Amino acid sequence: MNFDLNDDQRAIKQTAHEFLERRYPLTEMRRLALEDERGFTGEQWRELTQLGWPGLAVAEADGGQGLGSVELAVLQEELGYAMAPSPLLSTTSAALLIAAAGSDDQRARVLTKLASGERIGTVAVWDDPPGRSPTDSTLAAGEDGTLRGRKLLVADAAAADVTVVLGAGGRLWLLEGADGGDGAGGVTVTSTPALDPTRKLYTLELDGASAEALDAGDDAAVARAHAQIATALAAESVGVAQRAMEMAVAYAKDREQFGRPIGAYQAVSHRCAQMLLEVEGARSAVLYAAWALDHDPSVALLAAAMAKAYASDCGFRVTASSLQVHGGIGFTWEHDLHFLLKRAKANAHAGGDARFHRERVAELIGI
Amino acid sequence: MDLTPSAEERAFRDELREWLQSNNPGPGPATDEGAFDFRRRWQRTLFENGWAGVAWPREYGGRGATLIEQAIYNEEMVRARAPAVANVLGLAMGGPVVIAHGTDEQKQRYLGPILSAEEIWCQGFSEPQAGSDLASLRTKAVRDGDEWVVNGQKVWTTLAQEAKWCMLVARTDPDAPKHKGLTYFLMDMNQPGVQVRPLVQITGEAEFNELFIEDARIHNENIVGGEGNGWAVAITTLAHERAGLALALQMQVKLLLDRVIGRAREQSYNGSTAAQDAVIRERLAQLYIESEVLRLNAYRGLTAQMKYGVPGPEGSLGKWHWAEINQALTELAMEIEGAAAMEGDGPWTYQFLRARANSIEGGTTEILKNIVAERILGLPRLR
Repeated sequence: MNFDLNDDQRAIKQTAHEFLERRYPLTEMRRLALEDERGFTGEQWRELTQLGWPGLAVAEADGGQGLGSVELAVLQEELGYAMAPSPLLSTTSAALLIAAAGSDDQRARVLTKLASGERIGTVAVWDDPPGRSPTDSTLAAGEDGTLRGRKLLVADAAAADVTVVLGAGGRLWLLEGADGGDGAGGVTVTSTPALDPTRKLYTLELDGASAEALDAGDDAAVARAHAQIATALAAESVGVAQRAMEMAVAYAKDREQFGRPIGAYQAVSHRCAQMLLEVEGARSAVLYAAWALDHDPSVALLAAAMAKAYASDCGFRVTASSLQVHGGIGFTWEHDLHFLLKRAKANAHAGGDARFHRERVAELIGI
Repeated sequence: MDLTPSAEERAFRDELREWLQSNNPGPGPATDEGAFDFRRRWQRTLFENGWAGVAWPREYGGRGATLIEQAIYNEEMVRARAPAVANVLGLAMGGPVVIAHGTDEQKQRYLGPILSAEEIWCQGFSEPQAGSDLASLRTKAVRDGDEWVVNGQKVWTTLAQEAKWCMLVARTDPDAPKHKGLTYFLMDMNQPGVQVRPLVQITGEAEFNELFIEDARIHNENIVGGEGNGWAVAITTLAHERAGLALALQMQVKLLLDRVIGRAREQSYNGSTAAQDAVIRERLAQLYIESEVLRLNAYRGLTAQMKYGVPGPEGSLGKWHWAEINQALTELAMEIEGAAAMEGDGPWTYQFLRARANSIEGGTTEILKNIVAERILGLPRLR
């Protein structure tokens, strides 16, 4: 029994932390969120691909680094901590689903290019109106084999070359060349306002879009890929919460009222202690889920549902609590905290919210 | 990272499981006269088979178990619903303190009878005026030749009526700053100067006692860790209390949660069962998640402690988290009963009431939050 990162995993964490700290200070995060249409630059994406991050958890045979879910969780936590805007999670999510359900040909043709970063990917999950489950959809192919319908809240769609579309009965479709927003190939991509401005969202109008079925994998593999995506989102929320907690603690030490630092008052210090309880708990749950996804299939889906439920609540509560510690300044546009709050809240709802995953837990433990 | 037990850990667990299968006498009599003798006999059996004091070094009669093995031991004992040992405080705190701070003579004299439950130990720390602010305690010891004369009052003294020895912290230098003037004694409970009075709690039973100490005498050689070092020695005692404990508590929560879920499945509720009610269902799921998080945090803390020698931040959070979970769980259990919760001897009455102490005993939640805020987060002290 050893519930700690190994040396390689620590090295990944440290490298990611240092790189992101250098390249994505919060001023850059703010610039990308508010001024860049796609939320990232081509140069930034090239740098991330040079680090091998898009293919981190993709098998070596498919052109990836062949690392595991724990390494992915470690990286995602650091991306959350840095609040670095990028289409990385979208690309990773598409890659995980194609790895689970793609044919040899699809993997060779598409997955390898996602892993290398030559292409950017995303996943179109939510119908109009969106349901509660990130795996339920009514979208089905028409008689001509094309897709017609609307997908909402698709992250990074304008940048994506590859879109995995979730269809009825858990079916997955592969849509290529969906960029441009010009209706080419029966797909129109329209920007839509997002709660979290660091992750751009779009509506996809599918009007006779020609898509290939992704149906070479078994149900268990696809379920695992969905669980990996949920765990990656949860890991990111842990990083966001860690950052928000550190900001609250630093502020509580610095800010003085009534002649002493506000962190000396138990109303404030106990709030900070509560943040630590939740952040450490969410981190434990995420690492356990990531480990189980690679090593213990018998509990992996349960562990991932627990992690997503707990980290969703933790992410929002800790960022909201940090805002309270900051007082009025935390409510201003000028302060960076609102970006963390919005990212945490958006993450809590992406990939199924806490209530959805608690219901999963109830089913899986047989309540 | 590897969350499966190592070969050694598996062997340890399997050996214990197998032994328990043929030797576990079950829960034994409920809280009555025979109960403590039953626990004493059980500990004797554990001792004779090398299963008492597993955390103690081998040279002192223990098993030299690693922290993870101690956690496995606690988990397995709860899972098997094995009886509690008699000398809980002697094994968890008294022995480790003597091993860490005692003289060779003290080790020779005290350790054996702790393991075999021949001599039961209790803990004289808290006082009516010194609860969370333990260092302000007033019980005083005055030197008289080779002996010390002790006067004062202690409270929350578990097992005082059974105990031969009391781990007593008393003020020996009234002029020193409050953390400095304390000394850690081993006081013989069998003397006229020590009176024990049971303290009846809200459940109606008396787990705890008050201790009235009037001119009790302690020989100078019964000081542990040296005169004036009582605070440091007491802190060691409390630190020993924690190792692996969260895992045992977590397992108790799991067993209770199983019972509550079982009850929710059969209890009719709004035309269906309580387990099918969306709100109850979600709360049960959340409590399951919380109890798993408690377990995972505990294992992460133990790994950190084994690797780096000091408990990680996770370890300090366990007791606080457990109290919250156990209280929420017993509250939900009562809610599932509906109006029947008014009964005085319902299935959850005792647990529901007993759980109210969880956030007070062994360090209040407020004090634990102070510790987390000050020592882990580095926030300024109010005092």
